Amino acid sequence: MKNTISQRVADFLKNYPPFNFLHPKDLEKLSEQISIVYKDKDAVIFAENDQTHDSFYVVHKGAVALKKSTKNTVLDMCDEGDIFGLRPLLAQENYIMEAVAHEESILYAIPIAVFKPYALENRNVGNFLIESYASNTRNPYSDIHKDKLYGDDDLLNENRHSSNDSFDLAPIKYSKKIVTCSPSTTVKEVARIMNKKKVGAILIVDEMLPIGILTDKDLRNKIVTGDFPITTTAETIMTKPVITYPKKMTVTEAQMAMMKSSISHLCLTKDGTVNTKAVGILSKHDVMVALGNNPAVLIKALKRAKKTKEIKPIRNRIMQLLQGYLDQNIPMTLIAKIITELNEACTTRVIEICLEKMSSPPPVKFAWLALGSQGRGEQMLHTDQDNAIVYENVNEVFRDETRIYFLKFAALVNKGLFDIGYDYCPAEMMASNPKWCMSLDEWKSQVHHWITNPGKNEVLLSFIFFDYSRTYGDAEIVSQLSDSIFENVKANPIFYMHLVSGALQSPSPTGFFRQFLVEQDGANKDNFDIKRRALMPLTDAARVLILSHSVKSISNTAERFEKLAELEPNNRELYLSCSYSFKALLKFRTKQGLLHHDSGQFIALESLSKMEKIKLKRTFKTIKELQELISVRFNISNLV
Amino acid sequence: MGLFNFWKKEENLFDENITIEETRFVVLDTETTGFDYENDRILCIGALVLQNGVISVQNSFEIYLQQDHYDKSTAQIHGILKDLLIKRPSELEALEQFLSFLGDSIIVAHHTIFDVTMINKALERNNLPQLTNKTLDTAYLYKRTLIKSHLFERKDHYTLDDLADKFDISKKDRHTALGDAYITAIAFLKIVKKLREKKEVNLNSLFK
Repeated sequence: MKNTISQRVADFLKNYPPFNFLHPKDLEKLSEQISIVYKDKDAVIFAENDQTHDSFYVVHKGAVALKKSTKNTVLDMCDEGDIFGLRPLLAQENYIMEAVAHEESILYAIPIAVFKPYALENRNVGNFLIESYASNTRNPYSDIHKDKLYGDDDLLNENRHSSNDSFDLAPIKYSKKIVTCSPSTTVKEVARIMNKKKVGAILIVDEMLPIGILTDKDLRNKIVTGDFPITTTAETIMTKPVITYPKKMTVTEAQMAMMKSSISHLCLTKDGTVNTKAVGILSKHDVMVALGNNPAVLIKALKRAKKTKEIKPIRNRIMQLLQGYLDQNIPMTLIAKIITELNEACTTRVIEICLEKMSSPPPVKFAWLALGSQGRGEQMLHTDQDNAIVYENVNEVFRDETRIYFLKFAALVNKGLFDIGYDYCPAEMMASNPKWCMSLDEWKSQVHHWITNPGKNEVLLSFIFFDYSRTYGDAEIVSQLSDSIFENVKANPIFYMHLVSGALQSPSPTGFFRQFLVEQDGANKDNFDIKRRALMPLTDAARVLILSHSVKSISNTAERFEKLAELEPNNRELYLSCSYSFKALLKFRTKQGLLHHDSGQFIALESLSKMEKIKLKRTFKTIKELQELISVRFNISNLV
Repeated sequence: MGLFNFWKKEENLFDENITIEETRFVVLDTETTGFDYENDRILCIGALVLQNGVISVQNSFEIYLQQDHYDKSTAQIHGILKDLLIKRPSELEALEQFLSFLGDSIIVAHHTIFDVTMINKALERNNLPQLTNKTLDTAYLYKRTLIKSHLFERKDHYTLDDLADKFDISKKDRHTALGDAYITAIAFLKIVKKLREKKEVNLNSLFK
């Protein structure tokens, strides 16, 4: 029976191969017999050696990791529209891999009995399936993927790599969107096209066949030098003939080819000669990307991302990079800086993309502020988003429309950040909330209100807000806001007291007998909350102390302690040990988070080694000393 | 016995051993001619079965009812035109089909009281007994997932649109009965997940 949900399913599937090859009527029929399956994060969909289900799966939302449980290595990650669990059904054998929901996911389960006739009848569908199993060689273990699809099939063997595939021999991914122009195009126009498409090379084609190539370098060497006017045609200065290669190239082959002819771009054609249609362009950049993750490559990839959707995989690679840094034991300060920079670049790109989506440019200058841990440059992992917008004061007349503009814009950015993996803030501290999207004067009066009426909530709010940093936009507005905060704090010394008492309210990390205090209830029962019990007391204390010294523009906790050590030589040792403890705890949390693919806030104590526990406890001593120092200094007993 | 029960604050509805997963939920939504329980009529009932985190598309229920009462002003919301209503099963037939689909499952809906009352009124008109199924309301359950903090004001009413936005569920089929039921079902799954993160949850605790 055709119904609203089956249409919804068909509407999704029609965008992805092999379903896009199906006739709409067939797809409709198929969709009617599908089940929609919800899987919580870490839920097992099938385990290794399980008997096969009667359905295979398509990821509708979320991501599914395919693993070998013995090695616990992720062999493949399935994203929206990806198929998994089909091969064993066709081969009629048990599952050889484990499928686990990497995030909360919604899957479509498609009964094999319903699907098989289409796979057998429809050539395109069959070919797609064979190809996808045969060419899945992105990682060395994948030879287990590419077993045979149907009984005997010679097609497979052509594409099979030997079992000792190493990464370098994996086929390279090239850009299929080729930017081309005709031979008679002027170089001025060529430069315009290249700029618009953000590419470093353009292919000159004549009747679909590649006849030459023009790169940034050619423009620099031939035009900018004045050797040729900008009205020159592409044909005149292009490099010819084009060096062409077949599209099935490995990373190493591509690298060699570029070195051999000292060129930065390869043209890939259907059969590898200039006599067939160009199918792709391979740049040095593509090779770099294939070779691995490094910050420069990632930043470049970010700049090229045109949709927020393209940023998500880059975020995943940033996480891989983070893992690598941690494994190599690179100093935490450095790691934090690089990762923060990259995370900020992601946010900035999302903001830029959203700005383009708006129907008009911003009516006035504004700044996008990151709050909380992101503002302090301490956010390594995917966590909730906390952000705000401050914009220039506007005339009464335009007040409403300006606010509406920025709220609409903020909603886009919040959604974009959500899409790349930042959860919505459960307390709605996000720029799309009218309370966190205000003009400079409105913010000033808000801050004034917090500081002059310091109740428990006001102190909490200022805690979160005062650690802001500018991610995007006008620096001047932000600086004015900071000045206003410092003036207000100076004029209201009583506010320190409240900040201090707030800072001392974080729950204690250890109990009377020095055992760890663990959570009593909920999903994290019996786990240790490293954020609230260890990191927050340090962060809160650093904030109070740095405010009392009126030091502007340092928001990172470890850096704050280092500055404090400089300002108060008599407490130097304590502050340095605070800075050290903070970094150690942050590293701890980050490692835990990567291990469990979460925010790392809760730590299962039994998973720690004796050594790790001792290290943790050592930092607690420092926390206690620091808390004593501030409670004495600000004479907190008068207040509580 | 009575003495022991005296200390038990709340009677559990279900056996402790029944899990949320194995329970059969019927997630439903109705499109109606308006919001008046007495005068308005159901135009469409959409319902699906949710069990073990799985929704079977084939096993979902969507029925447009034959109604004489029609209100032009709500047509722009549900998009069901009067012409479309011709050659539909009668209210009685539709209700009978619906009841057999529903069985004794737990009903889940968004602002459940409205849908259930509309259905009960229709049952009454057709001399059928009232629904006795247990019900859950995603509008209420969603509020329980929110942080209780003074920092942020909880709204009194969360619409299905609010939930779809929060949980990133496509609103493509908003205001078709089965489309809304689907959104409600996904929202329900995500709410249960959120509640689990906060506290251990079983079938009984959903009703408290």
